[in-house]
Amino acid sequence: MRWRAALALAVLAGLGAQAGCSRSEKTRIVLTGSSTIAPLMTEIGRRYEAKHPDVRVDVQSGGSSRGVADARQGQADVGMVSRALKPDEADLTGTPIARDGIALIVHRDNPVQALSRAQVVGIYTGQIKRWSAVGGADRDIVVVNKAEGRSTLELFLSHFQLKNEQIAAQVVIGDNEQGIKTVAGNPDAVGYVSIGTAEYDAGRGVPIRLLPLEGVEATHANVQAGRFPLSRVLLLVTKGEPSGPARQLIEFARSAEVRDLVEQQSFVPLAP
Amino acid sequence: MRTAERPRWRGLAAAGVVHGAALAVLGAFAWILGDLLVAGLGQVDWAFLTAPPQDAGRAGGVGPILASTGILLAICLVVAVPLGLGAAIFLAEFTPAEGRLGRLVRRSLDVLAGVPSIVFGLFGNVLFCKTLGLGFSLLSGGLTLACMALPLIIRTAEASLRAVPPGLRQSAVALGMSRTSVVRHLLLPAAAPGLLAGFVLGVGRALAETAALIFTSGYVDRLPESILDSGRALSVHIYDLSMNVPGGDHRAAASALVLVVALLAINGASALAMGRFGRRLGAR
Amino acid sequence: MLSAVIVLAIFGLVLAEAAPLIARVGPAAFFTDAGWQPTSGRFNLSPMLWGTLLTAAGALLLAGPVGVLTAVHGRFYAPPAWARVQRRVVELLAGIPSVVYGFWGLTVLVPLIARLAPPGPSLLAGILVLALMILPTVTLLADAALAAVPAEQLQGAAALGLGRWATVRGVALPAARAGIGTGVLLALGRAVGETMAVLMVCGNVVQVPESLADPVRTLAANVALEMAYAMGDHRAALFVAGALLTALAALLVALAAVVGRRHAHG
Repeated sequence: MRWRAALALAVLAGLGAQAGCSRSEKTRIVLTGSSTIAPLMTEIGRRYEAKHPDVRVDVQSGGSSRGVADARQGQADVGMVSRALKPDEADLTGTPIARDGIALIVHRDNPVQALSRAQVVGIYTGQIKRWSAVGGADRDIVVVNKAEGRSTLELFLSHFQLKNEQIAAQVVIGDNEQGIKTVAGNPDAVGYVSIGTAEYDAGRGVPIRLLPLEGVEATHANVQAGRFPLSRVLLLVTKGEPSGPARQLIEFARSAEVRDLVEQQSFVPLAP
Repeated sequence: MRTAERPRWRGLAAAGVVHGAALAVLGAFAWILGDLLVAGLGQVDWAFLTAPPQDAGRAGGVGPILASTGILLAICLVVAVPLGLGAAIFLAEFTPAEGRLGRLVRRSLDVLAGVPSIVFGLFGNVLFCKTLGLGFSLLSGGLTLACMALPLIIRTAEASLRAVPPGLRQSAVALGMSRTSVVRHLLLPAAAPGLLAGFVLGVGRALAETAALIFTSGYVDRLPESILDSGRALSVHIYDLSMNVPGGDHRAAASALVLVVALLAINGASALAMGRFGRRLGAR
Repeated sequence: MLSAVIVLAIFGLVLAEAAPLIARVGPAAFFTDAGWQPTSGRFNLSPMLWGTLLTAAGALLLAGPVGVLTAVHGRFYAPPAWARVQRRVVELLAGIPSVVYGFWGLTVLVPLIARLAPPGPSLLAGILVLALMILPTVTLLADAALAAVPAEQLQGAAALGLGRWATVRGVALPAARAGIGTGVLLALGRAVGETMAVLMVCGNVVQVPESLADPVRTLAANVALEMAYAMGDHRAALFVAGALLTALAALLVALAAVVGRRHAHG
């Protein structure tokens, strides 16, 4: 048994060595980070590879903080970060490639058409517990919040000037789609998710409805025009100024050539 | 009279409960698979199985992802099965059941089986991707999977080796058979059902793993050119489609269906092979 | 041998990441802090420890008996062809990715529970989905253990005129005890460590649940939910959660060993 294991390892090592040689022929750009941006960059990378057959674009998912950490440590050429850079991340250069808004969503059958700022704060801090208090049915509100550390949560909290420990949630979720599925499956739930994702799903019959925020309808167009009050940028970050192949890819990702891809993935392109 | 009635009544009740349990399991499975079939069957065709994904997986197929999954599984099994079988034979045949060393190894295996997959992912990321410099690659992912499948394979294989009646072993030794030929001709065939169960569980765990693979084999959905390339596993694809890509549900269901069918094929083939192996060796 | 090395390596790695924070705030902080707000320096993990224990115990309570009985059914009650089909089905259940269970739980089970006992994502949903997930492990290993019971023993029981159930209870199950124990232990390990499915159906609110309908967060879900976005102390605190989880698995193993030994001697 031992020799068989040894043989297997030797074969693997051989394969690895051989593969190692063939690997260096192509320029490889490694991107890691935000799971929100990863599908978009995969598509952009695919188009970039088609134009530059000698380049390979490897996109890895795993979260914004991983994008920051990997770009810093050189594990990745480019990090993907779905929020603005923080003051202690000044060693990185962030280049925006798209925008995204964040909207409150409720179940389609919920009669509530809009929530004021005070009502949102009341609901999320647990002072308002029944839908009847904000013009809805006489039922308990199910508050859906995002998990600690998510950039959507940080944006939401800072917009409503809340702290996470004040929030009394019944459900805590991770990704956008989980939030949408949770709200779609519960007529009494309220949550907040990426506008692009919510619009896409609502347009395909998922029973959710986007609520306006401070009188502004939660639409793609309003985010693009800069009218929607709660929005974020999607960044590609590099350690220092981008250079070489990474710079070319970042410029490609900002260009009009990929505008259709940005819209296809339900984000808002930067240039109108 | 009464004493004769009671056991029969109890036997009937027990039979009812036993049948009920089996039905419940089958029912749950039918429910889940039914949902998958309804959502996914219309999407699966030859093009879906071979084409590369497009539009973040909402269009196109899963061809390169299937290839990556196959390579990951192969690496995992090539490493874990011989190593696991060897370790199980060592544990069952060369260490006493209550010995210090055997106990230590066994305990650590049980702990290993309980380590959450996400910790395996972080571990694999640090050890294989960074320390050994393999980067995000199928090799890193396969080796991480092997670490996860090992406890399942070793523990089940050991349990079934130990269950071989000692009489068999003693008579073989009395006949003057060497230890290796006892293992090869007697123990392995006798323990075949247990080995198969462990193998199937290992394959299942490897195919179903998501969290650990995101951090090791990665997210790239291109056809891998070597085992040092990053490649997306089917389960990662399913997770991405169902939790990260809006409108990906149907494709997620279709991919899950492909995964289930692939598993069915692997399990069926291994059961066949194991049956033949057991018969051939048993006939000698 | 290798496995011991891997365990040590994993544990060492996790502890190395966690150690600076433990050294600074002390191990007690993870059980006595006012709550879990890692970005504000509060690191109480105990509600999540309860979450993990309750979901795993509940799942085992459901899946243990059902799994063993299903194996018994396959070996002693069902016609051979049916038993083969049943075994194939259970093997398939073992290979369905946890994401699919979670997805199914989120879209089918949780809305169902929401109608009966709001809010829906809850301890109960977690227990049910986990039970389904560990069922194959229990069933397959119990099945393998039952298959290994020597035929002579069963024939002996039959010769004594014992009924089917009496044979199962009196002969087969005791003989297969060790194998079934292994299966249950592996299943429990899986239940404790399961991440994705639990994350999708449990609601993930950090609290000690008061009823089955309350949402809970498990340690593994905590790591998976927040790791990708965590920096600094927060990240270290998640590694503490990982270490706690590994320690929990070790504790369970030790416990099982003690119980097993007492059983063997008594």
